[in-house]
Amino acid sequence: MDRYLLIASTICFLAAVVHTAIELRRAVFHPLRFNFFAIGLGFIFQTAFLSIRGHQLERCPITNLFEVFIFLAWSVALIYMLVGTAYRLSLMGAFTAPLVLLLQGFALIAPIDSRHPVNAPVNSWLEFHASISLVAYGAFALACIAGVMYLLQERQLKTHHLHSIFYHLPPLTNLFAAITRLLWLGFALYTAGIVSGFFTGHPLPRIQVVSAIVLWLLYAAILQARHLKWLAPKRVAALCIIGFSAALALLWGITFTAELHPLP
Amino acid sequence: MNLFCVGLSHHTANVATREQFAGNAAAESIVRQAGCAETLLLTTCNRVEVYAVSDKQVSTDEIARCLTATTDRNTHNYAPPFYRYEDHKCVQHLFRVASGLDSMVVGESEILGQAKKAYESARTSGAVGPYLHRLFQRAFRVAKQVRTHTDIARGAVSVGSVAVELAQRIFGKLSECKVLVLGAGETSERTARALVSRGVTDLRVSNRSLDRARELAQMVGGQAVPFDDWAAQCREIDILLTSTSSETLLLTHDILAPMLRERLDRPLFIIDIAVPRDVDPSVNEMQGVYLYDIDSIRSVAEQSLALRRQQIAAAEAIIANHVIEFVDSISPGSSRRSRTADHSSLDENALRASQL
Repeated sequence: MDRYLLIASTICFLAAVVHTAIELRRAVFHPLRFNFFAIGLGFIFQTAFLSIRGHQLERCPITNLFEVFIFLAWSVALIYMLVGTAYRLSLMGAFTAPLVLLLQGFALIAPIDSRHPVNAPVNSWLEFHASISLVAYGAFALACIAGVMYLLQERQLKTHHLHSIFYHLPPLTNLFAAITRLLWLGFALYTAGIVSGFFTGHPLPRIQVVSAIVLWLLYAAILQARHLKWLAPKRVAALCIIGFSAALALLWGITFTAELHPLP
Repeated sequence: MNLFCVGLSHHTANVATREQFAGNAAAESIVRQAGCAETLLLTTCNRVEVYAVSDKQVSTDEIARCLTATTDRNTHNYAPPFYRYEDHKCVQHLFRVASGLDSMVVGESEILGQAKKAYESARTSGAVGPYLHRLFQRAFRVAKQVRTHTDIARGAVSVGSVAVELAQRIFGKLSECKVLVLGAGETSERTARALVSRGVTDLRVSNRSLDRARELAQMVGGQAVPFDDWAAQCREIDILLTSTSSETLLLTHDILAPMLRERLDRPLFIIDIAVPRDVDPSVNEMQGVYLYDIDSIRSVAEQSLALRRQQIAAAEAIIANHVIEFVDSISPGSSRRSRTADHSSLDENALRASQL
């Protein structure tokens, strides 16, 4: 049953992606409302899936790589629903949907939904640490998407070759403002996630701690350079993409090592 | 009841011919005297058209005679430059006109305002009855739908509007942008006015002749800056519009580089419409600088027009649906006939679009 919900959710995101592709092909680009509703519906199915899975496990459903991917995809959609429209960046839906589709599609296809019997009692600090960190990843993902949009718009302006999508992308300064806010949001959540990790009462693997702090330092450096105006917006946008790629690699590593060496 | 449209436009007649038939304010009443129950006269710089409903057949020549400003109405054969559309073709033509598909600049929106004005004028004078009322209300709806659901009106097609469009794509709201106009020529003035109309409030003008700078500054609500100080302004401004008659480059990589270091997080949009150019093209390679010379602005305008032309098929499809619905609503059962006819006329329109 829960897997069907996830398939329904994935179909919604696929619909948004296909709709965008068709619109782009026809050089008519009006995906805003459709994409928003498709992502909204997909988000509802995701939430239902995570809720059912959570009740089955009697804990936050992030016990294996499959669930982590779904939770991350849910976080991306959540931040998009909360933040995307508020910044009048609804076109972000056209860019968000492919990322969520990729995450969920991979989770559904790859044989990574291995259920481990978890007998340990629920550690609320550990659950908070893991879930808040994943929501932070969602914000970083959206910053990465805004970065892609920025680079796309910037490239068109530099080369003087304007495509249909140019007229639908937000202005450069608005995109840069959105990148900055998303970075701050993600950084605040990620900081809370790292700090709460020290209260779990379990010794965390050193490699995970070091990697998480390196990632935290990377985002801190981006924000500091942005604040002190040391970096041009284009570089900040590019760093958002690099930062999220590093975050994904770290997430993979953490989940992989957690599955190999589960906490007692 | 016969619904028809008789007119001439930039497609069929040159301006000398068009002006012979434009500006006759009494045309509507004269057309009614010719036996039409309802009439509406649409006159713009590119077209003169009469939309009418009549019980009897009114010839194109009769309508043409009514439109002419001369008193000698009976001696000429006016028909050749005129076109005539009847019934569903008339409906389709009006929908195309209102949507900007028949305009010289495809997708321009001025025609919709002109059509609304013509309708209001005819309604006030009592020349419009229920038939034309429904037709024109539907045409306004169709035009709105076409603009909303296609990119037919997207993109700018003149120097001023391209500059404004690009500035908005870089900065969003222009109300907080600082603009420096370097050189006080006619194109600068028009572009400056376009920027002011979109919310720019901080506008500075610099020219070799300070008096001319003051004059332009006064006209566009800006302030004059001595010509020796213009380069220092690049630290503060967001948009530089330059069109001097200088024979040498005024702004080079070396001049701009130290100033950019102080404003790394703010883009600088440079519009160089001078020939020969005022700004070194290599400036465009610098971080956060977007340089557009007159050729690149023309290229953007051409891309916008090409984009609009790509939208014609989508717009025609919307119009075709509305024509069928409208014709069906006024004469049920005729939709099949009109549908067949629509396809053939759509082919004609597609042919015309390909010739644009």
